[in-house]
Amino acid sequence: MKATIHVTLKSGVLDPQGKAVQHALGSLGFSSVEDVRQGKFIELELNETDEGKARAELDEMCKQLLANTVIENYSIEIV
Amino acid sequence: MKACVIVFPGSNCDRDMQVALRNAMGSEPIMVWHGDSSFDDVDLITVPGGFSYGDYLRAGAMAAKSPVMREIIARANKGVPVLGVCNGFQILTESGLLPGALMRNADLKYVCKDIHLTVETTDTPFTQGYGNGGVIRIPVAHHDGNYFAEDSLLDELEGENRVAFRYANADGAHSDDANPNGSRRNIAGIFNKQRNVLGMMPHPERLADPTLGGVDGKPMFEGLVEALS
Repeated sequence: MKATIHVTLKSGVLDPQGKAVQHALGSLGFSSVEDVRQGKFIELELNETDEGKARAELDEMCKQLLANTVIENYSIEIV
Repeated sequence: MKACVIVFPGSNCDRDMQVALRNAMGSEPIMVWHGDSSFDDVDLITVPGGFSYGDYLRAGAMAAKSPVMREIIARANKGVPVLGVCNGFQILTESGLLPGALMRNADLKYVCKDIHLTVETTDTPFTQGYGNGGVIRIPVAHHDGNYFAEDSLLDELEGENRVAFRYANADGAHSDDANPNGSRRNIAGIFNKQRNVLGMMPHPERLADPTLGGVDGKPMFEGLVEALS
């Protein structure tokens, strides 16, 4: 099965890259942009068929390596 | 005193650390490859700067999970002193040996210059060489040195006297313009709870010989040799 993971900075953590992108969009004339948060998108191919087991394992992967939970949130989707 | 330098693929300050330790100890530190899960007993473990594993995913994230780090974490928990500089600091936070995280510099730019630090605490093997503290000049060279921690953790670090160094002006003022990367409360280096692990972004090993333009990094290594010999 295929899983996707989004990793983003927590809301209280300043995202300087997001801010830079926001300014760049503003200078291109996209005046509707009020905030930009930048993150990571990770795709995984798993040889697991049990969705519950896969989710539990993906959760551990995020905690142990894919996200730094001091500053980042993550969300898991099974595709 | 016996010391070691951990070498990851992408480390680039390992030789600088080796030279600084050799000059202070009068003997050779051992170089330990990242894949080694065991190495000789040493009195000091150093984790040098660089871009371990290309800083893939996050700075220090991969190195923190390498075989040698499991051994370092076990020894640190037994009280062996560990010094992490720059990428070494990032690796120590990623491994959980030190709290908080090092984020992209607030202005998004790689910063490479000499800065000033105040020595905030001198009652540790790492900082006793600085006597009564004061202001020192040390180079920084990093893209991800923006120290972040929640307010409660920052209060705890300060309450337990675990801030080792802060970015300052030459006169010792902790102003915003002296902060090269946006670190919270100008923090440049911290200790763990047991005070045997120090992580810092500035590079004392790069300014420990007069021919390199300064010696303000030298007291750290001399103090360590004095404390651990």
